Amino acid sequence: MKLLNRSLLYLSVTFLVIIGIWSVIFYFNIKDEIRDSIDDGLDNNKLLILQKTKTDPSLFFQDEFSGNNFEIHPISKQKALVFRDLYKDTLMYRLNENDLEPVRILHSAFEHQDNYYHLKVISSLIEEDDLIEDSFWSIIWLFLILIASILIVNNIVLGKLWKPFYDILERLNTFRLDKDEASLMIPTKTKEFIQLQQASNALFRHSKKAYISQKQFTENASHELQTPIAIIINKLELLLESEYLNENDAKSIAKVISIAGRMKRLNNSLLLMAKIENKQFLDVKTVSINKITKEFLTHYKELTEYRQITVQFIETKQCSVNMNNALSEILISNLIKNAIFHNKQHSNITIKITKQEFIISNQGETNSLDSKLIFNRFEKDASKTNSTGLGLAICKTICNAYASDISYSFSENQHSFKINFKNITSRD
Amino acid sequence: MKILVIEDEIELQNIIKTSLLKEQYTVEVASDYYAAQEKITIYDYDCILLDIMLPNGSGMNLLQELKKMNKSGSVIIISAKNSVSDKIKGLELGADDYLTKPFHIAELTARIKAVIRRNNLDGKNYIELGNIVLHTQDRTLTINGNLIHLNRKEFDILYYFLLNKNRLITKTALAEYVWGDHIDESDNFDFIYYQIKNLRKKLDNAEASIIVDTIYGIGYKLSEK
Repeated sequence: MKLLNRSLLYLSVTFLVIIGIWSVIFYFNIKDEIRDSIDDGLDNNKLLILQKTKTDPSLFFQDEFSGNNFEIHPISKQKALVFRDLYKDTLMYRLNENDLEPVRILHSAFEHQDNYYHLKVISSLIEEDDLIEDSFWSIIWLFLILIASILIVNNIVLGKLWKPFYDILERLNTFRLDKDEASLMIPTKTKEFIQLQQASNALFRHSKKAYISQKQFTENASHELQTPIAIIINKLELLLESEYLNENDAKSIAKVISIAGRMKRLNNSLLLMAKIENKQFLDVKTVSINKITKEFLTHYKELTEYRQITVQFIETKQCSVNMNNALSEILISNLIKNAIFHNKQHSNITIKITKQEFIISNQGETNSLDSKLIFNRFEKDASKTNSTGLGLAICKTICNAYASDISYSFSENQHSFKINFKNITSRD
Repeated sequence: MKILVIEDEIELQNIIKTSLLKEQYTVEVASDYYAAQEKITIYDYDCILLDIMLPNGSGMNLLQELKKMNKSGSVIIISAKNSVSDKIKGLELGADDYLTKPFHIAELTARIKAVIRRNNLDGKNYIELGNIVLHTQDRTLTINGNLIHLNRKEFDILYYFLLNKNRLITKTALAEYVWGDHIDESDNFDFIYYQIKNLRKKLDNAEASIIVDTIYGIGYKLSEK
């Protein structure tokens, strides 16, 4: 939810509550006030009638309202003496409205020449349901107008006030470590935004520094480790050529060479993953997954023939993706190699390429592998000690770098790996 | 043939030198920028092995100077940096090949011979040994003038053997040469063994004057009968 809308939401809820409570209080106050003044009027009428009875005895025969606003009935002395003035709401039939309408009535008692009388004075009362309805609608209108004006003010004034904020946000969103970007220079006089800008710039600088030093570490680690490994391997290779070696020594040396070779591959693979994660493979172009797959199938042809593996290659469409060429080759070749080496002899490998997907399946162990662990680093088949266990981890790293999903599934003795390239499919 | 090894790591320098002496090359060494600069200015070499990171300067600058001086020798960059941009830059500056450390000695020997052959080719694109001729351009083998069919891997293996004649090639080095860098499954060795068995059979049947020997079960060596 946008900041503007959120503040609008809070304001509307607050207004709704305040206006609601206020209108209820207001309604009762008004009602009280109206009753008060009507009661005053009734009291005044009563006094006027009492005055008039002194001069006009005909009033004593007024025993029903019928057009007048009072009636007089004689009552006993006992009743009259305990009588107190009483104001009440009641309903009376009204001819014009053909309905019962609320009226205010004053019951009173008085004495005239030792006779006691009961006096009722009425006054028509405001219609409460009408009052409620009218005030309800005016309050709704008030509320709507308030919200509308806040909306307008928010959008115009606050939109202007918050503009530097949105500008900074936009820059933060598009900021990329690997691009050489200038620091933020959004013109603003608001203290908070200036601070935000300064904090963002400081963060940029720190990240960039960390990024560069990490990159340097990657390169240095590569350099520093590769040379000693090279010396180990090459010195041993020279030693192997010595005439004075016996067979057992030679075999031990060969073993050490192969272990050093594993160290070399481990180092290379870890550095490769670090480089991918550091986004050091920036050069992106359109590559055809179909073409790469065919190239590697040719490259491994003798190997598949030797292992008597039949490769079924199904292309339903051209799959062109935008990615780094070297990485796309590593990705596809790793998966093909993985399928070849974990396949049973005399069985099939199926590769299917659609517009967005690359699927490779092979027959291997009869049990499913753990799809959660399989892409982890150093997760490997215990029987294959010479493997680095990084092949699939590299695939996963490459896929992550390109927001593509790689998944593993097992059904009918087929281990399948599927890559979905939908986020980087080329539009050409 | 004169080769200059520019490498600051003395151990590695010695290894390369020892190995190249076995190939009957004349070898000189330089351990830093200035020594290397002096040598390349005064002498001519058939091949220069050039490390990029050197004390006092970058190998890339030496490469530029070499090209400025119009020297004819081949240059192979040997670097610990496996970076595509460095590779491209080096090759653009006129290096003939780029080898990433660590490498196998057999690989280095093969690369040196390949670039020297290319530069001193005089239109010759075949390797001859005894009665066999390996045509590198059209990838064919003739023994006593008869064409022998080799599959692609058999051809690659034989070519590698010929470039490393009389030298021991370990199975690991051979597997890496045949498959590229990232292969690491041991299943490969059976495959390599199978390819070599076939290759030997073909060489024998055609009465080739070369032989591929298995050394202690750890590698192979090609030699003339």
